[in-house]
Amino acid sequence: MQTVDLRGVCCPTNFVKAKLALEMVDAGEVVEFLLDDGEAVKNVPKSLKGEGHKLLGLKESDGYYVLTIEKVED
Amino acid sequence: MSEDVKKTSIDFNNLKAGGFIKERGKDLFTVRLRVPGGRMPVSRLKKIAEVAEKYGGEFVHLSVRQSIELININFKSFDAVVAELGEGDQKVASCGARVRVPTACGGCEYNPNGLVDTQRSALEVDRKLFGTETGHHKFKVGFAGCPFDCPKSATNDVGFQGAIWPELDGDACISCGLCAKSCTEGAIKMGEDGKLVFSPDNCNYCGDCVKVCPSEAWKTVKKGYTVRIGGKWGRHPLVGTLFATFLPEERVVDFIACVLAWYKEKAEGAGRVRIGDIIIKEGPDSLLSRLRGGFPEYVVGKTIPPQVIATQVGK
Repeated sequence: MQTVDLRGVCCPTNFVKAKLALEMVDAGEVVEFLLDDGEAVKNVPKSLKGEGHKLLGLKESDGYYVLTIEKVED
Repeated sequence: MSEDVKKTSIDFNNLKAGGFIKERGKDLFTVRLRVPGGRMPVSRLKKIAEVAEKYGGEFVHLSVRQSIELININFKSFDAVVAELGEGDQKVASCGARVRVPTACGGCEYNPNGLVDTQRSALEVDRKLFGTETGHHKFKVGFAGCPFDCPKSATNDVGFQGAIWPELDGDACISCGLCAKSCTEGAIKMGEDGKLVFSPDNCNYCGDCVKVCPSEAWKTVKKGYTVRIGGKWGRHPLVGTLFATFLPEERVVDFIACVLAWYKEKAEGAGRVRIGDIIIKEGPDSLLSRLRGGFPEYVVGKTIPPQVIATQVGK
């Protein structure tokens, strides 16, 4: 599974980078994103879900969050 | 997956200061334009209309902080939008925990009320401080040219209000009494002997006496900004309080930089908190004495913390 570290990346760059990462994989593949607490974790998971992808998990881990997303094709 | 989707590439440098705001719809963003002081050259306006028509929705939004926001921009068009706006010398604004684009009234070039050149100040602050990361929360600056204060300067993190200090040349005074009639603050009274009595404590530096005087007996001897710090609106509004008077226009950028440095330091570890709440926590004397170091002639002797505005009035 691919992990994309978006810690220290601010809005909206983190979301756009997550979108681009999902573009590069095939439908059904799972990508893990590391997100900062605060604005990033409040916005990115919801936005990706809003784009039709499947949220598999969101867990806090030592000051940051691990978001697991399954790509869903349009 | 189609080939063109695979090839989407974005220049992340364009996104560094923010200004691209996620919309409800898939792939769609609002692009907030950088319009310091709300001044929009007609040639730029034409370019914006062109870009909006090509990449955006059916309308643009005029934000309350004098920006034009392009609506329904697909993120894949970011680079093209930035490049084409650039042809018209139009840049993208910021969002997040940064110094925002300053607002300003029309200023003094064509508005007869304006006492100082707020447009020049807004442009200078935009050029030198725009997008500076605060590390904590947004940071707004606004310029009003006179005490009418159309831009509501005291609701900014640092708010500037144009001010002049009047002085009477008794020999030139013809005792017409117009200034006493015009002064809304009761600072000028006509004495029994036909001589004017000036009460400096009542003066709010509006300059109405200078403007109305037919014999130029009232003169401007000092000009600059009244500075209030710690204001904001939102869910828990604060009105900024007085920290400096008659700050010269050319010291504005240095002054804001000094306030920012204090904020960065004192809000360390406090999370997403505006400067007004930090002043309440630290007490205004801490910021006053920091500012006094660099601006002794202009910083006031004492002040009070930003004042809480109740919004649930009548609840």
